[in-house]
Amino acid sequence: MDAAAIFLPLIGFLIAGLFGRWIGDRGAMGVTVTAVCTAAIISIWLFFDVALSGNERTVTLSNWIHSGEFKVDWALKFDTLTAVMLLVVNGVSALVHIYSIGYMAHDPHRARFFAYLSLFTFMMLMLVSADNLVQMYFGWEGVGLASYLLIGFWYLKPTANAAAIKAFLVNRVGDFGFALGIFTVFVLFDTVRFDAVFEQAPAIAGTSFTFLSWQVDGLTLACILLFIGAMGKSAQLGLHTWLPDAMEGPTPVSALIHAATMVTAGVFMVARLSPIFEYAPVALMVVTVVGAATCFVAATIGMTQFDIKRVIAYSTMSQLGYMFFALGVSAYSAAIFHLMTHAFFKALLFLGAGSVIHAMSNEQDMRRMGGIWRKIPWTYGLMWIGSLALAGIPLFAGYYSKDLILESAFADHSWFGDLAFWLGIAAALMTAFYSWRLIFMTFHGQPRASDEVMAHVHESPWVMLGPLVVLAIGAVAAGFVGHEVFGGAVESREAFWRDALLTLPGNDTIDAAHHVPFWVKVLPIGVGLGGILLAYLAYMVVPGLPAAVSAALRPIHALLFHKWYFDELYDAVVVRPSLWFGRRLWKSGDGAVIDGFGPDGIAQTTLNIARQAGRLQSGYVYHYAFVMLIGVAALVTWYLITLAL
Amino acid sequence: MFEIGLSHYLVVAAMLLTLGIFGIFLNRKNVIIILMSIELMLLAVNINLVAFSTHMGNLVGQVFALFVLTVAAAEAAIGLAILVVYFRNRGTIAVEDINLMKG
Repeated sequence: MDAAAIFLPLIGFLIAGLFGRWIGDRGAMGVTVTAVCTAAIISIWLFFDVALSGNERTVTLSNWIHSGEFKVDWALKFDTLTAVMLLVVNGVSALVHIYSIGYMAHDPHRARFFAYLSLFTFMMLMLVSADNLVQMYFGWEGVGLASYLLIGFWYLKPTANAAAIKAFLVNRVGDFGFALGIFTVFVLFDTVRFDAVFEQAPAIAGTSFTFLSWQVDGLTLACILLFIGAMGKSAQLGLHTWLPDAMEGPTPVSALIHAATMVTAGVFMVARLSPIFEYAPVALMVVTVVGAATCFVAATIGMTQFDIKRVIAYSTMSQLGYMFFALGVSAYSAAIFHLMTHAFFKALLFLGAGSVIHAMSNEQDMRRMGGIWRKIPWTYGLMWIGSLALAGIPLFAGYYSKDLILESAFADHSWFGDLAFWLGIAAALMTAFYSWRLIFMTFHGQPRASDEVMAHVHESPWVMLGPLVVLAIGAVAAGFVGHEVFGGAVESREAFWRDALLTLPGNDTIDAAHHVPFWVKVLPIGVGLGGILLAYLAYMVVPGLPAAVSAALRPIHALLFHKWYFDELYDAVVVRPSLWFGRRLWKSGDGAVIDGFGPDGIAQTTLNIARQAGRLQSGYVYHYAFVMLIGVAALVTWYLITLAL
Repeated sequence: MFEIGLSHYLVVAAMLLTLGIFGIFLNRKNVIIILMSIELMLLAVNINLVAFSTHMGNLVGQVFALFVLTVAAAEAAIGLAILVVYFRNRGTIAVEDINLMKG
């Protein structure tokens, strides 16, 4: 029963992936959707059993690696953190599966698509239920693989292939950090099992080792390396460039990547490792600063983009920034809270955007939308709910989690906490602005699409709207339902989390967040409403304003519109030199030396010898007779000579 | 009047053999000539056998020569049959065209 929640998607993947040809598209969809929905239902039961009733357990499935000191088992760790993640991953994944039945209805490769979706889900489940770092790494890499397959799902599109490769390669940089982090943990602790590591963490804290005559604090190094892994998967500033490009995949994939799986992996990992991050304050500071910077930069870029999915993608990146600086100020519970509420409203926004794209005949550019809100009222209303939750308007889910994060950052009373708070406030203003910019540009104003497209605008079928409604309920209610256990008093949080998260005494910023000044509590709401008003002014009342402002601030607008030139920078510093270097190795090293002397050289020599030998075989009988005669003459001569001697 | 001895027979046989050999690899026209050259070489061998048989007073060589003649007749029949079939298949028996074994 416990394992079923994890392995049902795998079974779905195997059946749909291996036998999709025989059972057909309908069969594949039936199998995967049933498997994931069943897993989701089991996850709900697990949530009640593990998180609320306190039946934590570790299910050992089998041995994996036993080599001297190094022991790794296949084991599933069920505690509150895993239970919450299972609920989010399986829940959103099940809804995305159902939604995809409608969205992918015209795709010829549905069996493959659903198989990949299930694989993706399984790998994420493996990641969140891992009992040790190596098993987590397995899930981590599996998620990277599945994301590659899904982003490049439309493999005939060159941009999709490029985006898939980019996602894979950028993640590789992070994964390398993660791998080094695991090695460091093993060096320090002699084990990779979470329980054993957490037990020893207080004793190990403060030990340092020498690296190249440079004294390094062991835990700080391990935590920073692990965080680099998290940066890759969770698209933090520096390793974020893959995330907007990942929009090349089908929209349900974007929803799954950005809401429930993949990008939340980094947040989950840091929260899971909170018992060691707590003893590495320097690493926490790094996490906070990177998170705050990501949150701000992503929001600024989001304001200038025109692709509806890219706007939401940058908003995801920005929200991940919030989660990370929450982790950085030790408000782990707040980060997971925001992860959960964000999963609901971001999946809602993405699937809603998918519904818009579906209605607009695959148009993604907001400059060619507008004036369609009367034609697709359900999608319109659901997008409003998602945006209200995202902007943190009171009573919606985002309000509870985002406010908690901002207040926790303020309550940290450190320079990086304050930095994160102010950058977070600025990002909240921009979040509200670009969310309503999206709504106004997409749904209001004069239609800017062609008449033909406008005539086709239609509401999506119920198989697509149904999941949206479920997500909308989550986006409205999740915050209110969860705010007590995720961000309430110390007792209620401890009763909920027990040993899953660790916050050292004196670091409990969530508790301190309840005692912040009144203006800190209302400021996020104020800037949220201000952002909405600003967007209303700019896009409804004075439609010429955005163009005028971007013309007046041309350099700044150019900087933001080109995403702070990260892609250009990486292209010049990393991509081009590597391509050049690779080309050199290929042409001179591989082509000229290895192929030249190796396979090609040997083959050429053989050919030459054979050609020379072949010329002996003229095919004329008299040539052979002549050779025989010469041979006989030579033999006789030799015989006579030896006889004579 | 000189006696015709063993060496004369042997010289004739050697000449016949050489003729046969040159017949095979100087001939560029006709496969039948090659067959005939082979016959010639067999006859040279036969002369050798008979000559030595008379010289040594032993009949075995002449018996052997008779067998060789029989075999040569059979061989000529088979060779001609092969040629006929070959002509049916390829439409020619010119020596230049018979080079299917060319490497």
